[in-house]
Amino acid sequence: MGFEGAMPEISLSINGAPVTGTVEGRTLLVEFIRETMKLTGTHTGCDTSQCGACTVHLDGKAVKSCTMLAVQADGAEVTTIEGLAPEGEMNPMQQAFNDHHGLQCGFCTPGMVMRAMALVADNPDPTEAEVRHGLEGNICRCTGYQNIVAAVLDGAKALRG
Amino acid sequence: MEEFTYTRPATADDATGAHSAAEDAMYMAGGQTLIPVLKQGLAMPTDVVDLNRVGDLAGIQVTGDAVTIGAMTRHAVVAASAEVKGAIPALTVLAGGIGDAQVRNRGTMGGSLANNDPSADYPSAVLGLGATVTTNQREIPADEFFDGMFATNLEDGELIKSVTYPIPEKAGYAKFPNPASRYALVGVFVAKTAGGVRVAVTGAGQDGVFRPAEVEAALSADFSAAALDGVTVPADDLMTDMHAAADYRAHLIVVMAKRAVNQANGQG
Ligand SMILES: Cc1cc2nc3c(=O)[nH]c(=O)nc-3n(C[C@H](O)[C@H](O)[C@H](O)COP(=O)(O)OP(=O)(O)OC[C@H]3O[C@@H](n4cnc5c(N)ncnc54)[C@H](O)[C@@H]3O)c2cc1C
Ligand code: FES
Ligand code: FES
Repeated sequence: MGFEGAMPEISLSINGAPVTGTVEGRTLLVEFIRETMKLTGTHTGCDTSQCGACTVHLDGKAVKSCTMLAVQADGAEVTTIEGLAPEGEMNPMQQAFNDHHGLQCGFCTPGMVMRAMALVADNPDPTEAEVRHGLEGNICRCTGYQNIVAAVLDGAKALRG
Repeated sequence: MEEFTYTRPATADDATGAHSAAEDAMYMAGGQTLIPVLKQGLAMPTDVVDLNRVGDLAGIQVTGDAVTIGAMTRHAVVAASAEVKGAIPALTVLAGGIGDAQVRNRGTMGGSLANNDPSADYPSAVLGLGATVTTNQREIPADEFFDGMFATNLEDGELIKSVTYPIPEKAGYAKFPNPASRYALVGVFVAKTAGGVRVAVTGAGQDGVFRPAEVEAALSADFSAAALDGVTVPADDLMTDMHAAADYRAHLIVVMAKRAVNQANGQG
């Protein structure tokens, strides 16, 4: 059955690189990403699984990394915001957030961009209503969402090429 | 979060075995309710038995007269299922409106039913369609499964394996979501079945999901939104909280029932 001990060992891929680590059963995926891997682009904005700032991709799907155990990502491919711009050059969705002033303080932005990328992967040409429905799990205290929605629509267009 | 011993069984038998061997175990399905609960220290199990690698708990089967959904089937999978949509489209509407996209990618039907949050969506489909819950021990009819807020008739360690929903003639689901949490402020599931009309309300009852007699009577006589004009639901046993008062919820039940009937009738 595995993991009888208190400290499970896990192997996964983060942003394409293989990673192994020892975690506690209770270690959250976001804690592993931020504290062990020092990838601090993924944010923690709440204790109630509502804000979406911690959104990453797990095998291509958007999930809240604060609402998953690290051990549950064993064997999975995880992508964080750092994985979108490996060479330091912003990807088209990030560029669209920049162009449209889709952020103010920027705290929600990594989660917004990760969610937007997953949304566009499923639905490359979303309507405005589909974008709004798709972003229901991501809360922004600053922007009022207008410019975020505009950025996602434009980012989707750029990604369609 | 307090420490616990983590196990990840590969079969349902190993999962129930691990649960009964532990001092104070809890199953973890999607974790979308349990992890926030553990973070807040509202539950402190000695052991967490993770169901995510149990192979035989996920999946969808559609036969001529029923849809069977495995307990570990995620909300996003039900929402996107062409097979479910072909048989009971209201179920895909319901699953696609739970929480948000990230929650739907992890959250499961079994976890939602075991938790029986008074504002959760799935309990209304189970009660509205008169579904049967299959556990590792027995089959439980919908009318006997729910037992008040956050309570079911599951015994300690009893594992939900699947739920079988009889295919109705038509069905619809409409909810007024709490704008912050997306949970139902009021959600109404209506179904026209071979055995008659069934209606189930979530989000409103002090004892969780229930069948509103007045709405069922009106729709049994005439399954149309117009049949609900002038129908009122008593507010006595409804919840009042910071989100809405009981009389407002009573009003919303009729409004949501009309929308659900229109959806069932293909009129919106
Ligand atoms: C931000 C947010 C918004 C949400 N909005 C909604 C909403 O609009 N509508 C809605 O209905 N829900 C909503 N939810 C809840 C969501 O649907 C959860 O997924 C669900 O309530 C629990 O399912 P889970 O698979 O995550 O279970 P878990 O959290 O893993 O488990 C919940 C409970 O069920 C038990 N359990 C799990 N599986 C089984 C099983 N097979 N047999 C026996 N016991 C089991 C566990 O031990 C635990 O006690 C929301 C959650 C969040 C975080
Ligand atoms: S930190 Fe808020 S949802 Fe994860
Ligand atoms: S930009 Fe500040 S929270 Fe969204």
